[in-house]
Amino acid sequence: MMAEKKNVFSKETKFAELMTEDRRLLQLLPRFGIGLGFGDRSVEHVCQTNHVGADLFLMVCGIYCDSTFKPDENALQRVDMNELLSYLKASHRYYLEERFPHIEEHLQHIIDACGQKFGPMLSQFYGEYKQEVMRHIQYYEEEVVFPYIEALINGQGADSYKIDEFMHNHTNIQDPLDDMMNILLKYLPGEILPKERIEISLDIIELSDDLFSHALIEERILIPSVETLEKHRP
Amino acid sequence: MRNKVIICESSEIVAIGLAEIINSMAQFDVVSRLDAPEIISERILSTEANILVINPLMLGYQNKDFLSNLGKEYPNLTLVALVTACLDHALLTPYHGTIDITDSKQKIINKLNEISKDDNSRGGDDVELSKRELDVLVAVAKGMMNKEIAEQMNISIHTVISHRKNITRKTGIKSVSGLTVYALLNNLIDESDLIPSNNTANQ
Repeated sequence: MMAEKKNVFSKETKFAELMTEDRRLLQLLPRFGIGLGFGDRSVEHVCQTNHVGADLFLMVCGIYCDSTFKPDENALQRVDMNELLSYLKASHRYYLEERFPHIEEHLQHIIDACGQKFGPMLSQFYGEYKQEVMRHIQYYEEEVVFPYIEALINGQGADSYKIDEFMHNHTNIQDPLDDMMNILLKYLPGEILPKERIEISLDIIELSDDLFSHALIEERILIPSVETLEKHRP
Repeated sequence: MRNKVIICESSEIVAIGLAEIINSMAQFDVVSRLDAPEIISERILSTEANILVINPLMLGYQNKDFLSNLGKEYPNLTLVALVTACLDHALLTPYHGTIDITDSKQKIINKLNEISKDDNSRGGDDVELSKRELDVLVAVAKGMMNKEIAEQMNISIHTVISHRKNITRKTGIKSVSGLTVYALLNNLIDESDLIPSNNTANQ
């Protein structure tokens, strides 16, 4: 029994129409390498022109629009693992090279304005969080999980690791971000850079949402696809 | 106080069956059945319902925002997920409890009784931390584990966890390091309180 879905997109949907469904979808374009100027072409046409698998693209959009979205089993079978990995890596780069540095820059202004009383602890809080993010994304996913999957794709694969482990270790990295936003909005003294604090809070909400959807993509698309690969290991 | 329940579920078979079970309970009345989420808010207002049983599938992509708005609008509202399909666990976090489609009548009754009891601790005005919660917060901020806190305060670990849940609900802060910052900002602890745990970490 399924409730009626409000957002059923298909390959025939106009690409531009899909983009207006949820403005956050726009940030996916650079990660897939899809350029602007898509005019009134369909999703399938735009994906084809940009050498992107339309099935994967629609799944990712589906999860961003609707956190209850479950990818279609048949479409999951058609996912190109290399393409999925390069999308995930592009997302990681976007977080580590663009979003976090942007937030850090503004946060530094706030830390400086806080002075000796609150500055160091904010700085330490963020520093510890950043280390956690790096452990999660860089040292675990990029250096352990992804190389394992790449080996599987090439017909190898270590017995020492199973994607099952990833599922159990997949921790939530948004919580401290939400905490940071609460601290900035609710608990730091009101007179310290209020405008910048509001701006950075909006950026933090956006990043937190983005990380949430990203984790769902890893859980609902990556993990089942890798499990299929593991089953078919020679 | 009688509990007024709204059921929001698209399947009439399920909704009627559940209403039957809930109406058989002494302190519970189903005041409304809805098959779409659009008018939930005005229905809560008009019926003064305090419990909403809803199938998460009905909310689609608006799940998270919809529920948090509803929670802000009606701080005393208890949210119960009616789970009819296999769902991602993360989707269920905004709810105070769940009823599963396969639950027996007795199990549903027990669950609702339990959930509505917790409800009393979720009053709209108790936004300030209690003395006990402040003590737990300070201990957490200093880096103590639940077990140590329980021993020091002479309470059960279960009670520590329940205090921690309340602290997070009231402050909006979930991580230990976030709580440390909160405690420092509010002068509940001093920078020097943190040094011992840092030293042990380095050893």
